[in-house]
Amino acid sequence: MTSQTLTAAPPVRAPSVQSSLQRSRQRMAWLLVAPALLVLLAIAGWPLLRTIWFSLTDAQLGDLTQMQFVGLDNYIGENGVLRDAEWWSAVANTLQFSVISVTLETVLGLSVALLLNTPSRARTLLRAAVLVPWAIPTIVSAKMWSWMLNDQYGVINVMLQGLGLIDTPLAFIADPDLSFFTIILVDVWKTTPFMALLMLAALQMVPTDCYEAARVDGVPRWRVFTHITLPLILPAVLVAMVFRALDALRVFDLIYVMTSNSRLTKSMSVYVREQLVDFQQVGFGSASATVLFLIIVLFTVAYMAFTRRRMQGV
Amino acid sequence: MKIALMSTAALLALAGTAEAATLRMACGAPGPGQNVCIDSAKEWAKKTGHEVKFVATPNDSNEQLALLQQLLGSGSDKIDVMQIDVVWPGILANQLLDLKPYSKGAEAQHFGSIITNNTVAGKLVAMPWYIDTGMMYYRKDLLGKYRLPAPSTWDEMAATARKIQDAERAAGNDKMWGFVWQGRAYEGLTCNALEWLASFNGGTVVDAQGKVSVNNPYAGKALDTAAKWVGTISPKAVLNFAEEEARGVFQSGNAVFMRNWPYAWSVMNQDGSAVKGKVGVMPLPKGGNGGRHAATLGGWQLAVSKYSKNPQLAADLLLYMTGAQVQKYRAIKGSFNPTIPALYKDPDIIKASPFMAELYPTFSSAVPRPSTVTTGKYNQVSNQFWNATHDVLSGNAKSSDALAQLDRSLKRLAPAGFVSAK
Repeated sequence: MTSQTLTAAPPVRAPSVQSSLQRSRQRMAWLLVAPALLVLLAIAGWPLLRTIWFSLTDAQLGDLTQMQFVGLDNYIGENGVLRDAEWWSAVANTLQFSVISVTLETVLGLSVALLLNTPSRARTLLRAAVLVPWAIPTIVSAKMWSWMLNDQYGVINVMLQGLGLIDTPLAFIADPDLSFFTIILVDVWKTTPFMALLMLAALQMVPTDCYEAARVDGVPRWRVFTHITLPLILPAVLVAMVFRALDALRVFDLIYVMTSNSRLTKSMSVYVREQLVDFQQVGFGSASATVLFLIIVLFTVAYMAFTRRRMQGV
Repeated sequence: MKIALMSTAALLALAGTAEAATLRMACGAPGPGQNVCIDSAKEWAKKTGHEVKFVATPNDSNEQLALLQQLLGSGSDKIDVMQIDVVWPGILANQLLDLKPYSKGAEAQHFGSIITNNTVAGKLVAMPWYIDTGMMYYRKDLLGKYRLPAPSTWDEMAATARKIQDAERAAGNDKMWGFVWQGRAYEGLTCNALEWLASFNGGTVVDAQGKVSVNNPYAGKALDTAAKWVGTISPKAVLNFAEEEARGVFQSGNAVFMRNWPYAWSVMNQDGSAVKGKVGVMPLPKGGNGGRHAATLGGWQLAVSKYSKNPQLAADLLLYMTGAQVQKYRAIKGSFNPTIPALYKDPDIIKASPFMAELYPTFSSAVPRPSTVTTGKYNQVSNQFWNATHDVLSGNAKSSDALAQLDRSLKRLAPAGFVSAK
């Protein structure tokens, strides 16, 4: 708190003297971030602009030298992406996937973090063990789960049958009623550790004197959690959720490996790749990539506005 | 060979590059098929003193195409010689070398239909390497055990499969299935479904004149027939099976029938295979008495990238690999069907893969996918078709609705009908 008043105070006291110092400071700051900005511009900005440019043309992958400007045809034309039912089903799939998987991962991640935060000798070991799924590359874990969930030679079906839970093996990935649920399951398995780790870091920042005071006052555990722990780690939880949500909105590898080109589980990114590469429609594919980009931007801006209001409200 | 060698040497001397060149070749995913390819290419390297490096490609043909498109689209010289699917010449033609100036008429010994397929706008963009058609594998021993004849229609096949599956399960093998095939939403499903359609006289999705023909009652009947297999004689997981998943089940001894390509023959008859010597091959069943035996034409070609730094050498390697000597070796070692009709009378080949002689009529009358007439749009057509089929198979759509919907979306793709670029 004190540091905030210090930095906030000077401009009010002597603006003219400060401004030159501030200006030189600002110059210095810009100079220092310039290399990073340039690199970002080169590796993120340029491809983005190129994609947006392509989205206004009828470019084909086979021959990128011949293309014509077609304006917004790829977006709102008769066969534009915004009029394609398949695109909207991909959007629906992705949103559904993001909401369900991020919710599950948050709840599970928080419980794992709480468990790991209780002091115990095995804690360091457990923390390392929990991280394993996160450390495995998605392609590998997707393939691994595909094998384990196979209905012909998958170990999971054997285990479930052994326990007497099912009579006949379930085709987790091929069955249209199960495949979406299976993909969410694998994503939750993979990314819960990430959430748990971020939340564990937040939990360890909570000052112990709060808990001590609560213990002295004899506050029940559940109330300690809802009134002390949760409010104090909430900002970190929100950040973790946003990271995950942004990641989930562009989900690609898991779905691509596990169910390939099936319409039932197609996400926005899978749709974009299909148009761009399989169908060679660089123009149309770039248009859908741009829409995907805008959806993510919209989401990020909404989140930033929300947190800013919340910060100012406090 | 000597002449080719000398001319190569002379050319190299002219160019002033005395040292050996390195060529990069992509001939499939790591596995038995690639090993056979590597053997022959190394032979060429030893003869010519050049080096051949191998670029591994993904197993799934859709992904192979994606990789090649990315490499070629960026004008990369990282691949000189590559294998391409029979449906790709129209898609990749712009980035492939015209082989006519190099082939010295070698194309005349191959099947004429494939050479036509590989000729785009007057350019010979690829040489035939091996031909594939769908085949029906079956367990000779099981059909013999239950004294059942080889079925000739799909319905007979389903009845036979059901009978054996039930009997074998009752006898203790509860993993037994009647029929495995390729039902994953990918190009392989297009090949399978095209066979069903054609066997019921339901056409080939888009006809030779470029008109969308898929919305007809025969096609509906074909899809309904296949949809009935899922969950009865085929595991539900077949909806996510590609070639290797199907072979996995069949080769473990857990299926009576399997639809697959010729490559499976040699792998299943190797030592250590549970079904070695128990496998028979027959044409794919007819769709009822009025139908016909139909097998989708597949197969792979070799092509040279336009961006290759050594086009002359690359073409030389390609012609060596597609020549009669190597094709014979490949037919015996890996059961790859030659694209040279004369080789089907070769006694060594017939001894190693008897089915080749038996199925020769099937090869010459195989059903091509509508790639020639749809050219650059073939992938979109195929994708729409396999998705519609997958929807019917998984029970998400009725065949009549799915076909009507497919008809609409294909007509939107080409409002005036598909017109061949040739």
